[in-house]
Amino acid sequence: MIGTEVLVVGGGLAGSVAALSAARDGARVTLVSKSESTLRQASGLVDVLGRVDGDLVADPFAAIEDLPESHPYSVVGTEALREGLALFDDVTGDRYRGGDRNALVPTTQGTVKPTLRYPASVAPGIAGDGHETLLVGISTDPDFDAKRAADTLAGTVPGEVRGVTVRFPRLRDDAKRTRYAKLLTEDAEFRDALVEKIAPKVDGADRVGFPAVFGEDPAFVRAELEAGFDAAGEPVSVFEVPTGPPSIPGTRLRDLLRHELEAAGVELVTGVPVVDFEAESAGSGDEDGERVTSIVVDRNGARVPYAPEQVVLATGGLVGEGIDSERDRVYEPVFDLHVPHPEDRYDWSEEPAFGDHAFARFGVRIDDDARPLDADGAVAYENLRAAGAVVGGADTATGKAASGVSLATGSRAGTRAATAVTQS
Amino acid sequence: MSTDNEDDFEPIQVFPEGDADLRPGADSCYKCSTCDSSCPVAEVDDDFPGPKFQGPEQWRLTRKEDQEIDDSIMKCSNCMRCDGACPSDVPLSQMHNTARAQYVEESMSKLSVEYWRNRLLANYGTMARFGSMFPRLTNAVMGNSLVQKLNDRFVGITSERDFPEFATETFREWWADRGGAAVESDEKRVAYFHGDYANYNTPEVGKAMVRVFEHFGYEVAVPEQRCSGTPMFANGMLDDARRAARFNVETFADLVDDDYDIVCSCTSCSMALRQEYPELFDFDDTERVSAHTYDAVEYLRIHEDLDGELEAVDDVDAPDFAYHAPCHARNQGLDGQTTAVLSNLGDVDAHDVGESCSGISGTYGWKSENYDASMAIGEEMFEHMDEAEPETGLTECPTCAMQMEHGSDYPVKHTLQVLEAALTDRPLPA
Repeated sequence: MIGTEVLVVGGGLAGSVAALSAARDGARVTLVSKSESTLRQASGLVDVLGRVDGDLVADPFAAIEDLPESHPYSVVGTEALREGLALFDDVTGDRYRGGDRNALVPTTQGTVKPTLRYPASVAPGIAGDGHETLLVGISTDPDFDAKRAADTLAGTVPGEVRGVTVRFPRLRDDAKRTRYAKLLTEDAEFRDALVEKIAPKVDGADRVGFPAVFGEDPAFVRAELEAGFDAAGEPVSVFEVPTGPPSIPGTRLRDLLRHELEAAGVELVTGVPVVDFEAESAGSGDEDGERVTSIVVDRNGARVPYAPEQVVLATGGLVGEGIDSERDRVYEPVFDLHVPHPEDRYDWSEEPAFGDHAFARFGVRIDDDARPLDADGAVAYENLRAAGAVVGGADTATGKAASGVSLATGSRAGTRAATAVTQS
Repeated sequence: MSTDNEDDFEPIQVFPEGDADLRPGADSCYKCSTCDSSCPVAEVDDDFPGPKFQGPEQWRLTRKEDQEIDDSIMKCSNCMRCDGACPSDVPLSQMHNTARAQYVEESMSKLSVEYWRNRLLANYGTMARFGSMFPRLTNAVMGNSLVQKLNDRFVGITSERDFPEFATETFREWWADRGGAAVESDEKRVAYFHGDYANYNTPEVGKAMVRVFEHFGYEVAVPEQRCSGTPMFANGMLDDARRAARFNVETFADLVDDDYDIVCSCTSCSMALRQEYPELFDFDDTERVSAHTYDAVEYLRIHEDLDGELEAVDDVDAPDFAYHAPCHARNQGLDGQTTAVLSNLGDVDAHDVGESCSGISGTYGWKSENYDASMAIGEEMFEHMDEAEPETGLTECPTCAMQMEHGSDYPVKHTLQVLEAALTDRPLPA
């Protein structure tokens, strides 16, 4: 068996934060994930608590105090969230912005998203300051209709918002966002041609927003484009509007985290699902509970066993397949942990699409040590912890709290797993 | 306590006419385009429409009888990064392999220079078998600049690269000469899939694999074998690949019956046996051979206390390394393995030079028309190698090693050679 101290299952935000927390606390960590990080599909924004009962939240830390007991924030506490955010800030440095209050980040749909941390390249576009905005869409990218987004935004935020669609120079119709990113980063002629097309449309706007395709070093691309607009006699701030997948800001965040994980000595094992595990009694008595002794991953048909001292489960929720369902039950597929849910499947959802669905809260329940609990409320395995969307108890999609829950539970699970290793 | 895998996509579900049924793969694609953003070719090549088109979209389009496979399929380098990027388990590389085979079968002229150039590259082992009969002569001829120019102009093999030299003694000759296995064991047995490259070009890698496993008390078998098929898949030569794969599966299945596990030193070979064989073929023992195949270092980590043995070594005659994880290692979840294993050696540092693809992807970067794109993809790795302190490269893939040497002029070693130096006290060969 392959030995390690802390084995983290899942490579999204929660798993990365758990692995990094544990490694920085001195544990030897292996991070196993079944495919590439889901952060590539994520916006790159970090929402902590954006809505409560449908209302926008300005100060998430104040609003957390009033959340129900079942909410993961209530279980692990504000302190865990603060620790997770501190780690995030340390990893992202000057590439991210944000303080203790939510900012409203405009999206490609023309809505605004209440967000606590956002890329620095997004910062000049924050809604609410009344600046005049021009949004630029790429004619061949159907995911960002700049005119429609501008109309929607103009109806909700102060300041004029206009949209214009341009054809990016000399590219095939289905060119990838990575291709735009590479050209914007490396090709001055490409940037000049783009500015030449857009400058006549600026018409007094204070800022120009592009879909987020500024590549690995958005600060450089922004500076170059701003210099171009300056030279054309149209001085503006240039910013990115976060897009749906494939997301360049999400990929950048994934790259930053991965770099830190590597620097912290975490072994990254990507592309292999966990298919089996073994457990044994944690002590001699009946009261002692169980502990996980081995985790088996599948490498293209070959079973590869790991022998970790501590395990963190960060496999995602219903969408990420960390929680799954059949007609008559909802379950957690790796350890078959207890997932509370109504017996009658017709109670799993409500009729309105955006109703108060029970399924949105499906997930394992944890204690303040981040350890999953069985149906009787007892710790399931004494050396197993859970983090991120696999933890239920709150509708984090509607509450705009998914990233914050990942930071808080990931930090708690990782630091406690490392403590358990050093104490043993 | 096994997990429920009933819903897993079963790659081969044979239609009456014998083709793999790829519909479940196409249906699983929800067009998020994440595969496209992980494709190293689409990032640099304006003529390449990306893996989403080549896989699920093209599969749908070609359900209509008059629709042919687009010739851009030949620009796919078969790095297989899209497989790992897909959040929905679409078998992209399998779709690319079958589409490429269909294109070569139906749309590529069997009289064209491109076809015969690709056939030649795909069947490197055959070329190598003849070349290595007179290694010094072959090396002199292939290293001749006029020959290289003619190759470039008339065959389409780039003259920018130096041909890999043939060893004066192949691995199999060495193995026969030493009388085969030096250790016998009924319990610890591995069958070595060395592939063509370790046999004809880098026998020192094969020797290192044998010595390291014998150090741990394994009986090593070196059965007759053919090319793993990797360059054949990449060139759409699926009939050639099927013949080679059938031979390998039959040979190694017999050894699995005798309690051998299969180990590979090349990560593209292990990838072929583990993933591509079950995706593309359905010989009797395909799945069984796949489930018993391991990367050599991975195997030692599972069955031996490799970490402990390396920690106990106090002096290794080896430099620090600039390590590149091959795409095909990455796709098997082996990308972090080498740096983790070598971190147990106090005085050797393996510095990872980043996640980018090296750009050569087997035969892809050898084709004249792909050379520039291949070097553009590799640029990031070259820069990271340049920035890193060590001036010796390290990787498990023979063609990544060629690209690393080509872009940096560093000598490039294999991880098994470092283990050999550490555990058997042999100096690292120059």
